[in-house]
Amino acid sequence: MPRGKYAILAKKIRKSFGKLEVLSGVDLRVERGTITALLGPNGAGKTTIVRILSTLLKANSGQASIEGYDVVKDADKVRGMIGLTGQYAAVDEYLTGRENLRMIGQLYHLSREDAAKRAEELLEQFDLVEAADRAAKTYSGGMRRRLDLAASLMARPAIIFLDEPTTGLDPRSRLAMWDIIKDLAKQGSTILLTTQYLEEADLLADRVVVIDGGKVIAEGTADELKARVGKERIELTFATDKDLQKAAELVKAKLIQTDEERRTMSVAHDGGVRGLRKLLETLSDGKVHVEGLSLHKPTLDDVFLKLTGHQATVKTGEGEKE
Amino acid sequence: MKTKLYWAFADAKVLIWRSTMHILKNYDQLLSAAFMPIMFYLLFRYVFGGAIETGGPAYANFLMAGILVQTAAFGSTYTAIEVTTDLQRGIIDRFRSMPMFSTAVLVGHTTADLARNTISSFIVVLVGLATGFRPTASVVDWILVFGVLMLFTYALSWLMAIIGLLAKSIEAVQWLTFVLIFPLTFASSAFAPTDTMPGVLRAFAENQPVNQVIETIRALLIGTPIGNHGWLAVIWSLGILIVSIPLAGYLFRKHSSR
Repeated sequence: MPRGKYAILAKKIRKSFGKLEVLSGVDLRVERGTITALLGPNGAGKTTIVRILSTLLKANSGQASIEGYDVVKDADKVRGMIGLTGQYAAVDEYLTGRENLRMIGQLYHLSREDAAKRAEELLEQFDLVEAADRAAKTYSGGMRRRLDLAASLMARPAIIFLDEPTTGLDPRSRLAMWDIIKDLAKQGSTILLTTQYLEEADLLADRVVVIDGGKVIAEGTADELKARVGKERIELTFATDKDLQKAAELVKAKLIQTDEERRTMSVAHDGGVRGLRKLLETLSDGKVHVEGLSLHKPTLDDVFLKLTGHQATVKTGEGEKE
Repeated sequence: MKTKLYWAFADAKVLIWRSTMHILKNYDQLLSAAFMPIMFYLLFRYVFGGAIETGGPAYANFLMAGILVQTAAFGSTYTAIEVTTDLQRGIIDRFRSMPMFSTAVLVGHTTADLARNTISSFIVVLVGLATGFRPTASVVDWILVFGVLMLFTYALSWLMAIIGLLAKSIEAVQWLTFVLIFPLTFASSAFAPTDTMPGVLRAFAENQPVNQVIETIRALLIGTPIGNHGWLAVIWSLGILIVSIPLAGYLFRKHSSR
């Protein structure tokens, strides 16, 4: 019984482990039938949010609901609507792919026949038919991840949580996983996925929620986020400190960051040739000698740098932020 | 609409099947469960046995009860290993995120353990019969032997489930179970009569629960005096079950909602 347009709602979620505050008041809204990406570095609290929403963990305060059902009070109702694929593929090592799926189906209280039928569908869909009779411990990382995802889809959940679905996968398996996720969205599922990769969020998500240090620090479409960093980033290298300082002065408006040690600076760039030429003209008019130049697509680091002033890969505690 | 209880049993049945498949598909574990007790039996029967004075029965007859209980005790430790492994691999998180009776995972492991231990016990008895074990037990006695043994194994498996839930790693499981099982099985009349042991140890050995089970089974197998051992064995086993099942259930649920 859908209520309103949001399938997932979280308000002011706080969670601490001992003295360590992992979530400090997270709000989250996921519209039904859309993909939302929780983007953030390791330790940002992404997995903790997913664990709270999927009833595995209790928040210290705040409220979360799935389709209007409270994740604590109506945990069983919630469990009947969600599918969870964790960071570590939770499949049974000794059982075959087919046995794994049938078992999960029966535990979702499908009839034996329905479980068997659904297992075959998913084996087919996830390209696991050939491996279906092999023990899961013989599977590659990508196959395991697909089996894990298939298991969470046995009961056709309306809402799917994917916790870092492609972390640790080789590029080919990652592409395959992306296709699967896009298909799920097309079939109308509501998906909340966590990721460390801006590229992944960009490609899959309708909406991106950036989280850092247990807080939502930005949200919007991937394009909106990237617009804040610029389409591309130009990295300039200088021969002398004086050149670096002068250049930083000249392009102040678009400057993202300077690195005095390496005598480099990053400048936001719209991707066009004209902008590049204009930048170089500005610098040569100012008599600055540029030693090297390279172009970069914006990364999560850039978004983070822009939004928080620190690198995504660097873990910072509360209060250290600017 | 089927009841909650119906589904709890249905879930337990599926997970007992799962744990049984683990036993059947994990050959190394299966072989170690089969060979360990045989090795111990042969070690004591032929290496130490000649030097041990039982004060009555032939050593092959004296030894069988101890070996059976030791087999059950060592066998029950697999429950702890399975529970810890499940927690580490994340499959318990999957079960918990599903609308099922997830504590059934523990029922699965303890019950499958019971099946494996029963098979191990049969193997040990067969090896014994082939090497001079001559029981005087009647059919009823044999049924009682396996009844007492299974009840005790099941109680130990639940105790082991608690260790599995508390341990942080497989290594921790190994030393914790060792520290628990080793003194309980060896500081008893399993391999030698207790009357040569120093005072305090002797008092412990004669009164601790494992020894009650050993003496009960020995009495049933070869007709040594049973005294109060029978009742005490049953009471201890039931007592352990009554305490450890709810405790394991509590720890299992607590584990999820840290």
